[in-house]
Amino acid sequence: MTSKIDTRSQEHSEKRSPRHSGRHPQKHPEMPLGLARRGYTGVIQHLAADGAGSALSDVELESRLIELGFVEGAKVEVLHEGAVGRDPIAVRVDNVTIAVRRREAMAIIVA
Amino acid sequence: MEAPLLHLALVGTPNSGKTSLFNALTGSRQKVANYPGVTVERKEGFFVTPLGRQVSLVDLPGTYSLRGRSPDEEITRDIVLGHASGEARPDLVLCVADATNLRLTIRLLLELKRTGRPLALVLNMFDIATRRGIAVDVARMSEALGVPVVTSIAVRKGGTADLLTLTDELSAQMQPLPAENGWRPLGVAELRATQREADRIIAESVSLPSRPDTWTARIDAVVLHPVAGLLVLGLILFVMFQAVFAWAKPVMELLSASFDTLGQFAHDTLPAGLLQSFLQNGVISGVGSVIVFLPQIIIIFLFILLLEDFGYMSRAAFLMDRIMGGAGLHGRAFIPLLSSFACAIPGIMATRVIDNRRDRLTTILIAPLMTCSARIPVYTLIISAFIPERQVWGFVNLQGLVMFGLYAAGIVSALGVSFLIKFFMLRDYAPAPFMLELPDYKMPRLKSIAIGIYSRAMMFLQRAGTTIFAMMVLIWFLASFPQPPLGATEPAIDFSLAAMLGKALAPLLAPVGFNWQIAMALVPGMAAREVAVAALGTVYAIEGGKEAAEAIGQVLATKWSLATALSLLAWYIFAPQCASTLAVIKRETGSWKWMAATFAYMLTLAYAASLVTYNVAVALGAG
Repeated sequence: MTSKIDTRSQEHSEKRSPRHSGRHPQKHPEMPLGLARRGYTGVIQHLAADGAGSALSDVELESRLIELGFVEGAKVEVLHEGAVGRDPIAVRVDNVTIAVRRREAMAIIVA
Repeated sequence: MEAPLLHLALVGTPNSGKTSLFNALTGSRQKVANYPGVTVERKEGFFVTPLGRQVSLVDLPGTYSLRGRSPDEEITRDIVLGHASGEARPDLVLCVADATNLRLTIRLLLELKRTGRPLALVLNMFDIATRRGIAVDVARMSEALGVPVVTSIAVRKGGTADLLTLTDELSAQMQPLPAENGWRPLGVAELRATQREADRIIAESVSLPSRPDTWTARIDAVVLHPVAGLLVLGLILFVMFQAVFAWAKPVMELLSASFDTLGQFAHDTLPAGLLQSFLQNGVISGVGSVIVFLPQIIIIFLFILLLEDFGYMSRAAFLMDRIMGGAGLHGRAFIPLLSSFACAIPGIMATRVIDNRRDRLTTILIAPLMTCSARIPVYTLIISAFIPERQVWGFVNLQGLVMFGLYAAGIVSALGVSFLIKFFMLRDYAPAPFMLELPDYKMPRLKSIAIGIYSRAMMFLQRAGTTIFAMMVLIWFLASFPQPPLGATEPAIDFSLAAMLGKALAPLLAPVGFNWQIAMALVPGMAAREVAVAALGTVYAIEGGKEAAEAIGQVLATKWSLATALSLLAWYIFAPQCASTLAVIKRETGSWKWMAATFAYMLTLAYAASLVTYNVAVALGAG
């Protein structure tokens, strides 16, 4: 299941997040953080837990993301990717680093 | 006038330095135990304030909110709200923040404020914040938050002075009736609002030229690299294994020899008889056979605590998450399972690093399937007696191959069982998504580590002195009573309850190819797996116990068929032949139910594996 997300993530990153994208984050189209590749930088636009496909309920997922600092306006940068299927990812959220699976990161809409 | 004991509770997000603050305040005056009925570690410590007030401090499990989504977080919530039965409601809640990383803690603090409990904010690791150029206007923050704020440097001598003074001040002006509890679980909108509020207060009172920690970035570039990261992890594990086996060995041998000497001393001093046998074989060798594992436990916890303090553990979980995830295990189960190759006891104790109950339980249930070092004497004995020493495929030693196969069978079955547990037993439990903070690296503090190891070692020894001791005495009793009649020529154990049990069990074990001697050896083998070797020696009337393993092997080779030997190997991969492990499972899960479940499933697997092995081997002509 997750491997599907991973292949999509590669396509997306080629189309949508070229290198050095961090300089003009506001010009990207919106995309889920779950598709972002290493080096991507952007700003959280909103949370959309209903489409993420996480095992958690929408409210629970959204609450947990907020509690870890994933709120609107926070700057994010994908610092590292896991060895298998580029999952999970380590994300810098303002000045904290959070590890999260791509599945849950699909709920975070960035641009 | 003697003031009553003041109850303080430490609350904070994971990695806020709560535990190092706890250690700094209480030193070695702490008690580590479990909360009744749950697998959550309860840490309480004591200290005296400068004005002489006696304080009890509990270190509550780390949490990002009071919603209580795991048993740990529920404990935190219930104690803060005063709902936990048998727990004192804290007179003062100390919310601990990593001063370099305030966002999440300030949000938690705003939530805590709604409980109406007396509250103070402790900005811990203030030295690191200052070094990074983070300036906090403490007075302004205190005013904006409406709670007292103090700074602390838990790891430095005198670094908690302000906090101690504040405790005295607050306890002097404490109201007997605290404000009403206005807390209820926050909705998503309220969560957002409190986070905004927290961000506003931080913007007002903190100036953040916060250069990101360049050391952390540099280390992570290697340690979290998909290839290099796994190599580093492998290297760390290799060193850890070496340490557990090689460093612990001389000390373990010394301990073992000391217990033997002590036993011999008891043997020589006391007149032959029951008391002599009880002290030598029941008490001294029973407790001794457990205490020899203490060096391994200390070394494993040394590594675990060092890696945890340094900040590496969450990285290891990050690297292993997907690899373990395939079998339904959490990334954090990796280290405990690995420790179980040395001994399941420290492995099961190490599952405390897994914060989700379901994941922790699965890991505890499968940890005994990892081939522990106590199986090695049994494997070695049977392999050297029955497996010819020759090369297969030109370069592989057959005996080594069989040994490897036994290890592999353990790992594969552990993963399989975990997979089945995930699908059948704990399905309704909400799986923990992998979301965790990767904290900045910090230099581990020796004092904190020493306290951590000390408290774990004491827990283990306490257990050795109670549960395990009781089991050892029971097993000694079974192997010693009734006494042989005068003039009997057979070994004394032949007349014992253990032999009767063995003979009674023999028909049950006949389908897997075990004779009554094996069945009987399995009874004292419950004390520790390798004791079965000595028991077989006794029953086949060979003097010398463990040292005479080679002689035993030669005898066994003439008395057993190859099929029986292979069947016994298969049995030992799975069988729950370790009373201590079962006792630890009971303790760590807080329930007899899970201990019984482990015993039952392992026994079933063992019987099935032996049955298949024996019959296949007989069919192939090895009977």
